[in-house]
Amino acid sequence: MDILTQQLFNGLTIGSVYSLVALGLTLVYGILHIPNFAHGALYMLGAYITLTTMLLWGFNYWVAIAISVLVVGLLGVLMDRLVFHQLRNAPPIHDKIAAIGILLFLEALAQLIWGADYRSMSTPYGEVINMFGLTVTMQRVLINVGAIAVMILLFVFLKKTYIGATIIAMAQNREGAHLVGINTNKVAMLTFMLSGGLAAFAASLSAPINLVFPGMGHLVILKAFVIIILGGMGSIPGAIVGGYILGFSESLGATYLSNDYKDIIAFLLLVIILSFKPKGLFSREGF
Amino acid sequence: MAALLRKRVFIIGLIGLAVLFPLIIQNEYFLHVLTLAFIWMIAVYGLNLLAGYTGYLSLAHAGFFAIGAYALGLLTVKAGMNYWIALVLACLITSGIGFLVGLVALRTREHFFAIYTLCVGYIIYLVIDKWDSLTGGVRGLIGIPAPANIGPVSFENPLSQYYFILAFLLLTILVMYRIVHSLTGRTFMAIRNSEELAQTLGISTMKNKLLVFVLSTFFAGLAGALYASFIRFIGPDIGYITIIFDLLTYLLVGGIGTLAGPVVGTFLVVWVSQSLQFLQDYRMLIFGPLLTLLIIFYPRGIVGAFYEWKMKRTGKKRRQARPDRRKPEPTYAATQTSSEKKVKEG
Repeated sequence: MDILTQQLFNGLTIGSVYSLVALGLTLVYGILHIPNFAHGALYMLGAYITLTTMLLWGFNYWVAIAISVLVVGLLGVLMDRLVFHQLRNAPPIHDKIAAIGILLFLEALAQLIWGADYRSMSTPYGEVINMFGLTVTMQRVLINVGAIAVMILLFVFLKKTYIGATIIAMAQNREGAHLVGINTNKVAMLTFMLSGGLAAFAASLSAPINLVFPGMGHLVILKAFVIIILGGMGSIPGAIVGGYILGFSESLGATYLSNDYKDIIAFLLLVIILSFKPKGLFSREGF
Repeated sequence: MAALLRKRVFIIGLIGLAVLFPLIIQNEYFLHVLTLAFIWMIAVYGLNLLAGYTGYLSLAHAGFFAIGAYALGLLTVKAGMNYWIALVLACLITSGIGFLVGLVALRTREHFFAIYTLCVGYIIYLVIDKWDSLTGGVRGLIGIPAPANIGPVSFENPLSQYYFILAFLLLTILVMYRIVHSLTGRTFMAIRNSEELAQTLGISTMKNKLLVFVLSTFFAGLAGALYASFIRFIGPDIGYITIIFDLLTYLLVGGIGTLAGPVVGTFLVVWVSQSLQFLQDYRMLIFGPLLTLLIIFYPRGIVGAFYEWKMKRTGKKRRQARPDRRKPEPTYAATQTSSEKKVKEG
């Protein structure tokens, strides 16, 4: 029983990180229909920037995260303006390839700047606490609380503010949004900003319990794709639910099935789902 | 007719150059690099048939390359089979797995297909990496034999390996040429331009897509098997995502959906990589942005850009000869993109 609750808590932690990354991915997909393969690179850069600002300038953990979110968000905007904006009317295969090009560039860049070594990030929240009979580190609690807080903020932003409404309008119908006077270019930039920021935030939160290295985004981005297919491409609640489903199945699978093959679970899940539902679990026709 | 003759002379000249190359430049290192480039070209041709001619971007190609390599390696090293039987079996095994994957994968489309195959590729990599008892895991597979002798012909030295693989490459190109210029090839292109339209015309799209997928994995498997017997050591790295990115770079630089693209692209990129050896792990600093810029400005690569330039030139000449004809003929590239756009919007 103890192991089960511990693993469930772990699943919640992993799921929170996955959900945040998947949210950024699904936002961009919902609006621009781009499967942004470079999202994993943004995640990786987010962790590195937090790490560097903390080590080099001795910033507080939270200030470092804020800087990282801002920088990576701006990088996302830059990506949109320089690359994806130029490809708005190109065949869909071009977006994918361009995104892969960006991914390769950013990874090589990170390796050039920070080297290929695995690094660990220190956190001011390292202490171990006891909670409902569980022994957990403060950082893990922080990941859960932080992720859920950001999700609520995002939800309020999208549903209750005017700018958020423009994003939803554009996701529902691009031409329609354009007709009622929404500046679709600005909304696209804003979406990329949000998406990059979410990736950086997720990476900064999870980096202390994982390691930081140039290839750290690979598995995360692949799993984020699994999640948004699970939850329906472009669906925001779907990304959150999918993230937690994957988090739980992974942590339970690692304990009760095999630790070696735990990474395969996500992909097998996807392969099985797409085999029966080629357009994802909660696909909405004519999105 | 004259153009056709010129083209034929050019191609024969190129083949002659490839055959004579080891005699002109006696440098084992260059020979090695070029042989390796030939192997990649075979794999890229497989990718080109699927992504370029049929419009389905498969990111599991490196996985199938690895399956071919491991099938040959395991059959010869662990089962002690004759090389030639193992080579044929390796290709068949790869296409067999390709058939099974294709059956399911091809139900998905566009982004879903790319993501699905990306995951399949990753599963293949993980299985190879973790299945220690069969594949040797991260330690890899050592001691794969070179091709067995046929009568007096031995394939032990680099020179004979070079010709051996060149022969396979030429065969691949010939097969590709025949496929692309046959009705089947046209069917693939019809599917690329508009799947709905192709279906309306009575084309069984699933059957054809499955065929092209199996063909593509066959060439991936062949390239993998040749790679295994050429390098003689394989590790799980050959199935990793970076390999598919390399293959994509070769294909895009050369020109996706063109016959000469894979040769031109692979040769150029491999050659440039060799001269940029000091960059090693950082070569993607150059190739990453190059990939992105190419897809924005020259989506059909060097070969595509060359054809476009040629077409514009002949169009201009024709208009000068007959000034009364105002409307220029639509170029191939233009018709393709407009129809694809329609698909995207529809």
